[in-house]
Amino acid sequence: MLVLGLLVVSLSAASDQFLTAGNLTSLLNNNAVNVIWAVGLLVVLIAGGIDISFAVAASVVQYAAVSVFEALGGGNWLIGFAVAGVLGVALGFINASLIHGFRIITIVVTIATFNAFFGLLMFFTKGRFIYNLPDWWTTRVVLWEHQSADGRWAELNLPVLVTLVCVVLTWVLIRHTTLGRQLYAFGDNPDGAARAGVSVALMQFVAFGWMGLMAGIGGLMQVNITQEVVPNALIGRELDVLAAVVLGGARLGGGRGTVVGCVLGVLLVAVTQNGLNLLGVSPFAFKMIIGAIILLAISTTNLSFRRP
Amino acid sequence: MKSLFKSELIKSELTLLIIVLCGVIVLFSAGTPRFLTLGNFGSIAFQLPALGLLTLAMLAPILSGGLNLAIVYTANLSGLTLAWVLISFGGPDAGPLAFALGSIAAIAVGALSGLVMGLVIAYVGAHPILVSLAMMIFLRGLGEFLTRGGDISGFPEYLRPIGHGSILGVPIPLLLFLGVAALWHVLLAHTRHGAAVYMIGSNIRASEYSGVHTRRTLTLIYTLSGVLCALAGILMLTRFNSVRVGHGEALLLITVLACFLGGVDPFGGFGRVLPVVLALIILQSVSSGLNLLGANQHLSTAVWGLLLIGVMMLRHLAGRFDHLKKFCHLKKVNHFRQGK
Repeated sequence: MLVLGLLVVSLSAASDQFLTAGNLTSLLNNNAVNVIWAVGLLVVLIAGGIDISFAVAASVVQYAAVSVFEALGGGNWLIGFAVAGVLGVALGFINASLIHGFRIITIVVTIATFNAFFGLLMFFTKGRFIYNLPDWWTTRVVLWEHQSADGRWAELNLPVLVTLVCVVLTWVLIRHTTLGRQLYAFGDNPDGAARAGVSVALMQFVAFGWMGLMAGIGGLMQVNITQEVVPNALIGRELDVLAAVVLGGARLGGGRGTVVGCVLGVLLVAVTQNGLNLLGVSPFAFKMIIGAIILLAISTTNLSFRRP
Repeated sequence: MKSLFKSELIKSELTLLIIVLCGVIVLFSAGTPRFLTLGNFGSIAFQLPALGLLTLAMLAPILSGGLNLAIVYTANLSGLTLAWVLISFGGPDAGPLAFALGSIAAIAVGALSGLVMGLVIAYVGAHPILVSLAMMIFLRGLGEFLTRGGDISGFPEYLRPIGHGSILGVPIPLLLFLGVAALWHVLLAHTRHGAAVYMIGSNIRASEYSGVHTRRTLTLIYTLSGVLCALAGILMLTRFNSVRVGHGEALLLITVLACFLGGVDPFGGFGRVLPVVLALIILQSVSSGLNLLGANQHLSTAVWGLLLIGVMMLRHLAGRFDHLKKFCHLKKVNHFRQGK
């Protein structure tokens, strides 16, 4: 949090472009999907698991949703959310049932399903791009717009609102329900929680179902932003999101993590990238600097309370 | 008693994998006559080593309870270093000395990236997944920054045999891989360092109290992992005759998959080199068999994933069966004792 604050202040000082409405809103628009995924992943991390497969699952949802919409002859946002949500939850439940049914550790299952989902997706779609999508899906929905003095438009689009809803819902789930408390307890000490009467199966299905729901909705929003469905566009983003979530204080191993920290983690990475861009740093150097910052951040945050 | 149990465990592990391998071979030989040919085995033998070296680089970190997600980019960057040395000595005209120098530099780069990760993991106490993830993002960025995302090629002709040649009919890459695998087997199973790796994977706190220098061991694990990545990078350079950052990116999760398929405990502490090598052979056979049947690479990716799920299911069921057997046995014994 402190790091983000410092970063924002120094960037506003360094570049007069940073603190403009246009820049800030585009920052939010562009990171909507990452935040949605991040809060989903947060729930899995709190429950002591890890998920590698969600970005690929989002791609699968996109393709499946296209066929469903074709079959329904159009659809609208309501149906869209329902379809993407159900598909996402179904994929999440595949993970959960493998994890629970055969007592396989989460990282093994999700790496396996990552390969299985992606391989099957590429095999069946033959890597085909889809541009011919329902209009409602690709039309940009502007929620708020504002023309600044220099004539540039700043706007907030639907994905930002959806992100906000997802963030709030996740916050309610993990902070204000019994289920949420059980997730923390289960992540911190699975055996202890099981003995205290927490249903292990329920925890896995809630965590991975929620992750799947967020993956599906994130996939839906991604299409709204890019207006195309590309099978390998999302693969590889899972590790970036994971890094951001863990940067935001969630513990690999379970039992710790907050929604606020998680959102800040994603924003920190996004703001860094945005700032570097505005400062005129070569785009090729972005990743390098972000990697170095994450490395530094974990080194400093872990130093202060080493091995708790 | 404990060692007996352990060796039994490993035996059942190997049996399972050998059964799976036989199943794969039988299935594909039935599917295509070209599967059981020398040509096919040759192609498997040439394709296996790069993935194999990377998997061995992944093995020790997993055994110690961590993960090294930076392996592919460490290999890329090491390859890049070698390429840079070769180019600065005249590209195609560079002499063997330049190659030796470049290889040393490449290994140094690999070791350095591993060393940094190891130091952060050991002395800061940060989670290995996170540290190596950050290192991966950093190395990918550095590599893309240096190459601007392009290919580097134009290397001396005498490097070709390292990637494509054979000695007495055995491909050189395979010899290299088998040599390293044997070395790794000895290192993990018969040295003090190896014992420390397994102990750290089982219980880091306990091994620290029993006098293992855990920090030094962790640092060494990741440094050696970096060295293996560098070897893989050099091999990839000679095989493809070019270096591109992101080359072999898809192999990252495959190496983890191969380790788990080879019976390595995801929490660390258990796992051996031989079953992992066997798992690699299975994966590569599946891929080349599907290729011969006319399917594309993506289908084999999917099959690899499904294979891992299948093997984990079998393992779970086998474990449950064993458990049941032991339980029944125990009950009988108790019954007997009580009767007495």
